[in-house]
Amino acid sequence: MRELKITPIKNGTVIDHIGNGLALEVLRIIGVRDLDKDSTVSVALHVRSQKIGWKDIVKVENMELSPRKVNAIALIAPTATIAIIRDFKVREKRTVDLPERIVGVLRCPNPSCITNQHEPVESAFEVARRRPVVLRCAYCERQVDDFLAALA
Amino acid sequence: MVLKGRDLISIRDLAREDIEEVLQVARRMIPVAEGKRSSRALAGRLLTLAFFEPSTRTRLSFETAMQRLGGDCVSIADPSSSSVRKGESLSDTIRVLSGYGDAIVLRHPNEGAARLAAEASDRPVINAGDGAGQHPSQTLLDLATMYEAFGTLSGLKVVLLGDLRYGRTVHSLAHALALFGAELVLSNPPGLALPEEVRERLEHAGARIAEADQLHRAVRDADVLYVTRIQRERFGDEAEYRKVAGSYRIDLASLAGAKSRLIVMHPLPRSGEIAPEVDGSPHAAYFRQAFLGVPVRMALLALILTGKGG
Repeated sequence: MRELKITPIKNGTVIDHIGNGLALEVLRIIGVRDLDKDSTVSVALHVRSQKIGWKDIVKVENMELSPRKVNAIALIAPTATIAIIRDFKVREKRTVDLPERIVGVLRCPNPSCITNQHEPVESAFEVARRRPVVLRCAYCERQVDDFLAALA
Repeated sequence: MVLKGRDLISIRDLAREDIEEVLQVARRMIPVAEGKRSSRALAGRLLTLAFFEPSTRTRLSFETAMQRLGGDCVSIADPSSSSVRKGESLSDTIRVLSGYGDAIVLRHPNEGAARLAAEASDRPVINAGDGAGQHPSQTLLDLATMYEAFGTLSGLKVVLLGDLRYGRTVHSLAHALALFGAELVLSNPPGLALPEEVRERLEHAGARIAEADQLHRAVRDADVLYVTRIQRERFGDEAEYRKVAGSYRIDLASLAGAKSRLIVMHPLPRSGEIAPEVDGSPHAAYFRQAFLGVPVRMALLALILTGKGG
């Protein structure tokens, strides 16, 4: 990894190759307010990238992402890569991958959908199309392609 | 695939072979539905009708179907007097009801309710309309009407006329017709075109879709003219509704150049889209269509509850 203008972390997660301008959305998904108050969160915006032109980077100390959060990131920042850091070393590196079924990540944009009616049920979407990504509500079958607006 | 024990939530749950099986069984059920033959195929079985919004016709049609096959029904006919009023979730209500009968027929104002009910229920759930969502038994009876008239669904040329944007019946019907390689011709008032996502899905499923430039020309070549109702409740403004509602009306003159075998269908109730003078014409199939709801629901209930077609 090229040297960056933000400090290395001992343990935590680096989300790299986030599409330009999407870092704040990634932070929203991670839920920065819920993090350990002693953790450092570093954000780099508009960084040169050989792979995707310009990119954003987010580094979060003392945190590993849940599969649900990885799914949410896969939706809004499909080019992102996730590196798990332990003792200053990259222990695991992977690209984000969209599963066939995405549960609890998005809110169905159909106000009349049963998942928006105080039922004890989590939203669920199935992939209707992969390029570009279009999801379909597993309950009301409404299609969704604006994931930023639909983040739960 | 076998229908026994399965839910029926969306027409998309059924493969072409499943639909063919339902239509063939429905055809055999017609004499029973007409009261000319009796059947005890569902004797001792109990169907729970959970209607959370009014729909007399669909409810009666399921009740009739069950009773014609010797089965019984219990129902929540008025949700305002039930536990739902006390704030019970649909999931809990369904979980309780699934302990009573052998299957549940659900009508609910919210889209996706039937899918949720199917997850909560141990017994098969049949969707009898969830909001502006799916209503698969309506689609099956539409198909049964065409199947009875033509002996096949393959290669039919079907004109879909009216509200193609909001009409749920028309989207499900178009999907099912696509499975059989029918040719769809669309004709709608401005602003009520088939949604792009629905169209894309249909084309993906193999539908051949064309737009009607002039209705009379489309009718001339058609096997089926499927007329939909403009859904008044979809228009915020009464004036807007009136403008659209009056924009198409099928009368004898508009059928003048049609093939003799053309059938005119409508999911009913109609509100002026088809003139009463058409009722006596050999083209009128909408009352037969409404009747076929009974044998189609008999077929569904028999197949889902016993796996046998009567």
